[in-house]
Amino acid sequence: MNWPSRWSRKRNRESQLDSELRFHIEQRTEELIADGVEASEARRRAMIEFGGIESAKEECREARGTYFVEGVVQDIRYGVRTLRKSPAFAAGAILTLALGIGTSTGLFSIADAVLINPLPYTHPDRLVAIYARTKISRRFPVSYPNFLDWARENKAFSAMAAFRSGQFVLTGTGVPEHVRVEMVSAEFLPLLGVAPVIGRQFTPEEDRLGGKPVALISNGFWKQKFGGAPNVVGKSLTLNDEVYTIAGVVPAGFRYWSGNFRRNVDLYVPIGQLDNPLFRDRSAEMETDAVGRLRPGVTLAQAQAEMDAIATHLAEQHPNADKGIGITLVPLRQDIVGNIQPILLLVLAAAGFVLLIACANVANLLLARSAGRAKEFAVRAAVGAGRGRVFRQLLTENVILSVASSAVGLGFAACGTRAALSFLPETLPRASEVHFDGHVLFFTVAACLACAVVFGFAPAMKTARADIHEVLKKAGRGSSGTRHHTQRVFVAVEMALAVVLLAGAGVMIRSLARLWSVNPGFDPHRVLTFVVSSPQPLGSTPSKVRAAERQIRLQLGAVPGIEAASLVGSLPIQGRSLLSFWMAGEPKPATGAQMKTAIFYLVQPDYFKVMRIPLMRGRLLASEDNARSPQVVVIDQQFAREYFGRQNPIGRKIHLYIIGASPEIVGVVGHVKQWGLASDSQSPVQAQMYFPISQMPDNLTGGGSVWEAVARTRGSSMSAVVAIRRHLARLDTQLAAYDFQSMDAILSDSLAERRFAMMLLSVFSGFAVLLACVGIYGVTSHVVGERTHEIGIRVALGAQRGDVLRTVIRDGIFMAGIGIVAGICGALAFTRLLSSLLFQIAPTDPATYSAVTVILATVALLASYIPARRATRVDPVVALRQE
Amino acid sequence: MNQDKAAILKGTLDMLILKIVALGPIHGYAISQRIQQISRDHFQLQQGSLYPALHRLENRDWLEAEWRDTDTGREAKFYKLTKKGRKHLETEMESWDRTAQAVALILRTAP
Repeated sequence: MNWPSRWSRKRNRESQLDSELRFHIEQRTEELIADGVEASEARRRAMIEFGGIESAKEECREARGTYFVEGVVQDIRYGVRTLRKSPAFAAGAILTLALGIGTSTGLFSIADAVLINPLPYTHPDRLVAIYARTKISRRFPVSYPNFLDWARENKAFSAMAAFRSGQFVLTGTGVPEHVRVEMVSAEFLPLLGVAPVIGRQFTPEEDRLGGKPVALISNGFWKQKFGGAPNVVGKSLTLNDEVYTIAGVVPAGFRYWSGNFRRNVDLYVPIGQLDNPLFRDRSAEMETDAVGRLRPGVTLAQAQAEMDAIATHLAEQHPNADKGIGITLVPLRQDIVGNIQPILLLVLAAAGFVLLIACANVANLLLARSAGRAKEFAVRAAVGAGRGRVFRQLLTENVILSVASSAVGLGFAACGTRAALSFLPETLPRASEVHFDGHVLFFTVAACLACAVVFGFAPAMKTARADIHEVLKKAGRGSSGTRHHTQRVFVAVEMALAVVLLAGAGVMIRSLARLWSVNPGFDPHRVLTFVVSSPQPLGSTPSKVRAAERQIRLQLGAVPGIEAASLVGSLPIQGRSLLSFWMAGEPKPATGAQMKTAIFYLVQPDYFKVMRIPLMRGRLLASEDNARSPQVVVIDQQFAREYFGRQNPIGRKIHLYIIGASPEIVGVVGHVKQWGLASDSQSPVQAQMYFPISQMPDNLTGGGSVWEAVARTRGSSMSAVVAIRRHLARLDTQLAAYDFQSMDAILSDSLAERRFAMMLLSVFSGFAVLLACVGIYGVTSHVVGERTHEIGIRVALGAQRGDVLRTVIRDGIFMAGIGIVAGICGALAFTRLLSSLLFQIAPTDPATYSAVTVILATVALLASYIPARRATRVDPVVALRQE
Repeated sequence: MNQDKAAILKGTLDMLILKIVALGPIHGYAISQRIQQISRDHFQLQQGSLYPALHRLENRDWLEAEWRDTDTGREAKFYKLTKKGRKHLETEMESWDRTAQAVALILRTAP
């Protein structure tokens, strides 16, 4: 049977039932009239003999057992009508719930994309990030020769690939332009299961020194530069003055997050063609990372055992470079999201709290409302609605509420998620994958139904169970003590949850404030950082290169609005350039691993002026320190303390490994927090040294045609960008300057994860306080409303306004007090999860907890003061007449 | 109303209805009248409670219903026994007889 006819039959059945019963009554009435009973009396008696018509109908429907669907439809219609009759209640409840559902759905969509969805590669569970393990870090970049040996000697992996970021300048298309390039092994994309949309992968022959220069281009680059033309394969690009042939186009959605792989890659070139002496040096690392695919059936532990054996073997073969170098394998997923996972779970839990508070609030609204509706339901029960029927009706109303809230909440979530993601553009991997898919909708539906049950169950039970006679006798005036009790419990729970969230946000804010006040060792304000690069070497001979580097410095220094500028090898906070060394007078250690290690900055003389790093002893680097003068180095206080103790380091010599220089220490400067404001002091390598770019040995001058640069500006740091570009072009039209970023921004990005957690916790705790406040206000108002009569009597009997005020406020404060105490206990447990994000502050920071207590107590006081004021204005005459 | 009248024994209402309907198609009001008459006002039946029973029996396919005109020309819902209903009535009556005899025997022989 098709639906329409079944439907019409059912509707018909309802009218049949109606006429069947009517027939009975009419027939009986006629009989009675025939017996001589007066018409209206006859009808009355017929009705009495029959009994309750509505309840008979209801029983007939139930006897059929087929009325469930009609019942539900009826309930929904009735529910919508009821809600429309009290728009203020409906709007309040829907907004409250939407806030809760919106926050948790939004957070869930982030957590889902980042943590739950599998990585977008073939069999992602077999992908493993591969790092070198050194005394400095468990996850250290690998030197390329070591990588080649790892890849060749292992049997556990079906493929292994290396990758590193490169700076290339694209010419031949007008203004020289910087392009973001990843150098990758030929195996890289095939290993991930990514195939070019057109063209082909790199061949193994192309992944070697002397291979033909080829490039794969990103989809964006293809669209932007070639308008998406299908004949792009085989065209050529001039990169760093070399002609590359385009081999293919990488799919649009391709992303990779591990290691130093960067965002928005324009081009991919084979890593094996990179001809750089340091890159080919087994003891140096050039920020090269690796990834591998485990063969089917091979476990991570088996692979680790094999790689350990390979590392031992390599250490024997190349003791100089590989002694002490291990291999770390990390499942790719963990490598990518391992850091963010605890933070996301934390804020997800916080969002769950907001949802719970919202539910408690709506439950309270419903309880308050059910008092007003007690009579309505008693009447319904009296005319034949069964208890189950009333209960179902109430639950239906709740489901309507939560479905409406979910719809609004999804809207909130969509906007809120975008906003939240903008707080952490760099630190959240896979942020671009965040979207609302089936998972998220499923979550919302589940959350929505759970809400309907959580907030609706208790009030519905109470209402449905209410004693009909009692309620009708009281004519809706009565207030039920247990209902108030439940409401108070809900408010206390809300308060407790709000305390937990507020305490969490509080310690995060205090921790961030502490971090911001940490002196990084340099002055980041008004410092502009950028990259300067040239497609070809800056000069044909080492001395010409040095001259060009000096020219760039002078030219940058001459830009109006710039006080001082310097090229630099790697930036504080961002870079990670380390160099091994040993003391003059000591024998050269047999292997690199036995040498001392320090953070290595290649700089120009004005670097200290730009960064405002203070001089402690001796002198700074000067423009007179050049290739012909004695080699010099400046060290930081940490270096001096670590390796010279109380001796004077000035005049001492050190030998620099790899670079092969033996400079004399001429000055000591302040320590810079290279590893970040929070974690610098825990880093195993803290000593720092500054070596002049102008004294780099001849054989290493050719490699660097890409420099980081720093400049101290007079006005706001970004204002000088245009002038810098103009001045550099005046010097050499081939020079490109890009990636402008203020040092302040770099510093603040380094705290992005903490800021993300802090922002969200603050927003959530704001919601929580707001909702808890509304909760207290609502319950107190409701109680005052019901007690108007009683208050009227009290006032009539001579109670002072102050007494009334105190009684009402005491009630609010009592609820809040219990909640706050419970909340502090909860917070002591919850904030412990934050420990890893906290800096120099205990998760149980007493100041924060006191502040939270004061804030919430004040809020509770205010929220109950307003209804209390209303209570004092009760006019006994009016109040008593009301009843 | 006479307080001596017994409420219809639970479960017997269905049997009474089936028995009455077995005599020929009949509408709800007539059934209620018939129950009152046959039982000579021994039973007290809230007329309203007849209908849920009718609908229940119809739902079990023991009764089938049809709208027809009455003698007075009004439209009413007439119930008729189905085959299944007749069978059910027979088994019910047998078991009722057995029960009734057994009860009567006990009452007679008991001291």
